[in-house]
Amino acid sequence: MTDRALSVVRAGALTTVQDLGRPGHAHLGVPRSGALDGPAAALVNRLVGNRPEAAVLETTLNGCAVRPRSTVTVAVAGAPCPVRVDGRPAAWGAPVRVPAGALLDVGAAVSGVRGYVAVSGGIAVEPVLGSRSTDLLSGLGPAPLTDGSVLPLGSPDGLHAPVDVGPQPAPPAELVLRVTPGPRHDWFTPEAVRTLTSRTYRVSPMSNRIGLRTEGPALERALSGELPSEGMVLGAVQVPPDGRPVVFLADHPTTGGYPVIAVVRTADLPAAAQAVPGTPVRFMAVHRR
Amino acid sequence: MRALPVGDGALLVEVASGEEAQALHAELVRRRAEGSLTVREIVPAARTVLLDGLDDPARLASELAASEVPPAPPRARDAIELPVRYDGPDLAEVAAHWGVPEQEVARIHAATEFTVAFCGFAPGFGYLTGLPPRYDVPRRATPRTAVPAGSVALAGPYTGVYPRSSPGGWQLIGTTDAVLWDHARVPAALLSPGTRVRFVPVESPGGPVSAA
Repeated sequence: MTDRALSVVRAGALTTVQDLGRPGHAHLGVPRSGALDGPAAALVNRLVGNRPEAAVLETTLNGCAVRPRSTVTVAVAGAPCPVRVDGRPAAWGAPVRVPAGALLDVGAAVSGVRGYVAVSGGIAVEPVLGSRSTDLLSGLGPAPLTDGSVLPLGSPDGLHAPVDVGPQPAPPAELVLRVTPGPRHDWFTPEAVRTLTSRTYRVSPMSNRIGLRTEGPALERALSGELPSEGMVLGAVQVPPDGRPVVFLADHPTTGGYPVIAVVRTADLPAAAQAVPGTPVRFMAVHRR
Repeated sequence: MRALPVGDGALLVEVASGEEAQALHAELVRRRAEGSLTVREIVPAARTVLLDGLDDPARLASELAASEVPPAPPRARDAIELPVRYDGPDLAEVAAHWGVPEQEVARIHAATEFTVAFCGFAPGFGYLTGLPPRYDVPRRATPRTAVPAGSVALAGPYTGVYPRSSPGGWQLIGTTDAVLWDHARVPAALLSPGTRVRFVPVESPGGPVSAA
């Protein structure tokens, strides 16, 4: 092992390697995967001078701690959290130099859910179908981090970081998801479609990288029976038999048999990645562009 | 053919049958290869083809609405042969559903030429069609928590092979040593939509030939 590596001292609740994912293989049953909060992952890469496709760490709620074997530049963004280097407070949302052997501690999120940690050179685990992303649905890509594991780092590109700070939206106090109806809204009663777009739901603690689950009024079906399996898109609002809508996130299955009542605009999904359990969710009907 | 809009960048094209979905999928893949269709994902399923990552879905929707389902494409490639031992724990149950002796399940299954209608559930898991409708079987009432990799299984009109160990509710009729998914191989998936498949019985270790 070269010294271009990171030792994982504290893996945290769920820390995975993520990049832009592996779109283009859905017909083989391969989820797209990739960072849930894409803009935050892109920002941390820019802050350390990485290319947009470099792999970063995605943390969940309580951060992680890593020790680089060589001096690196890191940046932490996404869910706001304290950052420390060998116990000393360091900047969040800005480039930070971490000397060889020092401990980078990414603390628990003050708000939001998912933190992003870029390291100059990027996390250089072996790609699978062109991506280093961990896919929790199908198990492709590297396993989630564990205490004591070691991650290889790539060589820095020598790019000068084009920015040293970037604006970021605060995690949502209320999650507003714009939706266009269909393709299977006709499998539900007209009342159910009105309920979806007029009542308030809450983010369920059962949410994960596969889907944002919600709690709230159940949506009643107009058609019973089983829908033959059909292709699913990112942002699909699928309604399982319990009637509570689930918004498909990056690790969603490529096909499914529960009807999709509406689809969330892709631009609203990064905020969904940062909505803590209990956050109110409103589905707002919008016209198709 | 009905093209349903899905969000802002996708279309779900609905057709009347699985055969039509396979024909439409083949035609759309051909159009993408020749450069007349720009799309990120073409995902066939039971009676639909999803087109995801379109610049102008409305224009393609009206074009598709005005066109006929293309004829089934010519069978270009030879069938992939999967060696199989018909030794699954649900063989008797499937035989009962079919109303035939157990050995007949193996004979009928091995005499069928299958086509991968679509993939899903797990990377490399194909939904294979080819058995006549009278051989449809229900899923098991209680799914197994772990189905071994290589299990050859039936559910509804489909045959499938589990690429890796996973929970599953299909009826298990046999086992294959074929590697359905290997991400270090090109292509990673042995089966992809449109692939033709034959199951070739092999002798069970220490047992008789499982099908004539």
